[in-house]
Amino acid sequence: MDTTIGAPTLNYLNNGYGLKSWLLTKDHKRIALLYLWSITAFFFLGGFFALMIRLELLTPASDFVQPDTYNKLFTMHGVVMVFFFLIPSIPAVLGNFLVPIMVGAKDLAFPRVNLLSWYIYILGGIFTIIAAVTGGVDTGWTFYAPYSTSASNSHVIMAGLGVFITGFSSILTGLNFIVTVHRMRAPGLTWFRLPLFVWAMYATSLIMILGTPVIAITVLLVAVERGLHLGIFDPALGGDPILFQHLFWFYSHPAVYIMILPAMGVVSELVQAFARKNIFGYSFVAFSSLAIAVIGFLVWGHHLFVAGQSTYAGLVFSLISFFVAIPSAVKVFNWTATLYKGSVSWDSPMLYAFGFIGLFTIGGLTGLFLATLGMDIHMHDTYFIIAHFHYVMVGGAIFGYLGGLHYWWPKITGRMYPEGWAKFACLNIFVGFNLTFFPQFIVGYLGMPRRYAMYAPEFQVYNVLSTAGATILGVGYLIPMIYFIWSLRGAPVAGQNPWGARGLEWEIPSPPPTENFPATPIVTEATHQYAPSREVGIA
Amino acid sequence: MFTNFPFFPEQASEQAAGVDAVYFFLVAVTAFFAALIAILIAVFAAKFHRRHDKEVGEAIHGSLALELLWTFIPLGITMVMFVWGAQVFFHMTRPPRGAMEIYVVGKQWMWKLQHMDGGREINELHVPVGRPVKLIMGSEDVIHSFFIPAFRAKADVIPGRYNTMWFTPSRPGQYHIFCTQYCGTKHSAMIGTVTVMEPADYQAWLSGSSAGGTMAEAGAKLFQDLSCNTCHLENGQGRGPVLKGLYGKQILLNGLQTVTMDDAYIRESILNPQAKVVSGFQPIMPTFQGLVTEEQLLQLIAYVKSLSENQGPGTAPAPAAGK
Repeated sequence: MDTTIGAPTLNYLNNGYGLKSWLLTKDHKRIALLYLWSITAFFFLGGFFALMIRLELLTPASDFVQPDTYNKLFTMHGVVMVFFFLIPSIPAVLGNFLVPIMVGAKDLAFPRVNLLSWYIYILGGIFTIIAAVTGGVDTGWTFYAPYSTSASNSHVIMAGLGVFITGFSSILTGLNFIVTVHRMRAPGLTWFRLPLFVWAMYATSLIMILGTPVIAITVLLVAVERGLHLGIFDPALGGDPILFQHLFWFYSHPAVYIMILPAMGVVSELVQAFARKNIFGYSFVAFSSLAIAVIGFLVWGHHLFVAGQSTYAGLVFSLISFFVAIPSAVKVFNWTATLYKGSVSWDSPMLYAFGFIGLFTIGGLTGLFLATLGMDIHMHDTYFIIAHFHYVMVGGAIFGYLGGLHYWWPKITGRMYPEGWAKFACLNIFVGFNLTFFPQFIVGYLGMPRRYAMYAPEFQVYNVLSTAGATILGVGYLIPMIYFIWSLRGAPVAGQNPWGARGLEWEIPSPPPTENFPATPIVTEATHQYAPSREVGIA
Repeated sequence: MFTNFPFFPEQASEQAAGVDAVYFFLVAVTAFFAALIAILIAVFAAKFHRRHDKEVGEAIHGSLALELLWTFIPLGITMVMFVWGAQVFFHMTRPPRGAMEIYVVGKQWMWKLQHMDGGREINELHVPVGRPVKLIMGSEDVIHSFFIPAFRAKADVIPGRYNTMWFTPSRPGQYHIFCTQYCGTKHSAMIGTVTVMEPADYQAWLSGSSAGGTMAEAGAKLFQDLSCNTCHLENGQGRGPVLKGLYGKQILLNGLQTVTMDDAYIRESILNPQAKVVSGFQPIMPTFQGLVTEEQLLQLIAYVKSLSENQGPGTAPAPAAGK
């Protein structure tokens, strides 16, 4: 192992120190770190909004903040978390860092475009922050018309522009990944030898470039109707408000797969690395990502079950929504089966993977409730849906993100982190998460609507539990923040391959040199081949 | 009516039990699979826990049989959910003939309800037990959603169109009405109470509430006040079609299309008369957009509807006035 302590070799981190060397970098690894810092800032901003929401909901009355303020808090929480944290999180940080390395390339196909995507992201973020500090926006992250176009008195256009602009950063990242995976794979790295993380990134990129333009058009139309009073969505101007919902969800349902597919890719890597065993059913796991990406485009109408869309449209969307659950189930079973006869370690990244599989299973299964037509009528727009998508987005996407961050942190920084603290934080987050969101399933079925600043007193018990859980969860998120920063200086040097994992990223130094590989690697087998294969017979 | 630590919502409509049955099935499936996965992970993680640093797992590449098993078993189970859920949904979306109709108008931030006999309520709804009730709902401004958790019933209330929902209250008591589509500042104050009463109590309440005449009577008065009656003559000689007996029938339009004469069509014809002109008539009717409120629209609809009552089902009298 290449643990050269004290003799600093040239790597991407010490290859230039000035601000300029970062802000003008074309190195995918440095751009990943630019993204890491920016999305972390947005994550804690969105988390702050969440904490304010939970404090207001401690009591049934509207007493901590005014209802208008509350409405802005949940809107900003949603906008920031969805568009500025969840969507870019794994692709822009871990994907940017790892996709070129995993395919054996020096960089992404378009390094300058990659840097541009970060600047676009920051520009979109600035618009959104301006909207927040100049008075906020109160439409909900869904921007439903005609409320957003004709009734709201808040900064809808400014926030909408933030979303519009940052969308282009997604499109550019997606484009870069697709071209890179097609064109820059190392010799011998066939499609079916690709790490599953790359498959997941590829599927995600497809959704990004096909779906994001639709949300861009939709928020632009909102701005046009709001600014120019051109009738598009508002019936008072001759528009159709249901058209907005179709356009919005045509992107925003696939967008939840933009958030969860990358986390699934991370978990596929974690399970293999920490069970020291190749994935069970590689091609089923790989193709299930593509299946989710494709079928995910055909289910948007399940957001309109109570909006008066035709009964038969409801029927079709319900059926397809059940279909999209199947590839997710296949993944869960394959991850579980991978553990069988593995050499399973309980290191902190694996604990996140276990947490992900369990919580995503609950998140996915509760999605079936909402796909079931007669059931959804009752649950639509209640806390049940809030609980469901937080199980997928937080229990799923954020667990995947944190698991991946812990797994690749030694590669990214060259340093380990304190494993005891990491285990403690993971447990903390798991407990806090469940305490926050599980009660919301119950209070949702009882009928508590979402986006309520005030609620009926009989719902209070569950809200107190939720707020208590959110406090624990908040602390849980701060702990990794602290030890990760500390680890940069104080922690032991990681070495090239601290986990004993297999994969191109573990065959180069930590942190990697700027050009990743001294010479283009030649790949002779799939990743995560630990034991001699019985069928293939080559190690 | 409210307990301090409820675990499960009250069942106060005939539909509620059907929804809850699906719910319990789904809870059981979810619990089973979540437990299965959790137990398998725990068992594998313990049994195959790494014993020494050099240990690696066995090279197992997969099993087609298992893949097919865990593709098709979940598929089968979800298809049961789909069919069962669709059945419940079909039942929910088909109000029975003869359901008691009540008109609902949502506006920021209140519910205005009108009974056919003229009784009006705000954020309150009184209904008799055991009788199907159909709500016909429109909005004055943004999208709202009318939700009665105890009935497991909900529908969006959308400006520019009518959505309907129906339920049969099954247990006397008071239950929440919530707005569930975010509609601005006081969204969470756009709430109300539905009171389910024994039929006798309901009759007593009714006689005290509807002093000002029925909705149809109010609509008839509007029909005069807005001079609708000067063109829509009853003798078929007017410049507009005779409205008597048309409600619920298929109507032939200029351009050979047909449309069902329902609430939405009447509404559209008042607000945007040129959109669908009855065959044989000139597009000369002026718009009443801005001249009638949502509630007055509903009264006019109730009046037109009343012109077709006490008539047996049958084919439309060929738009009689179409000379």
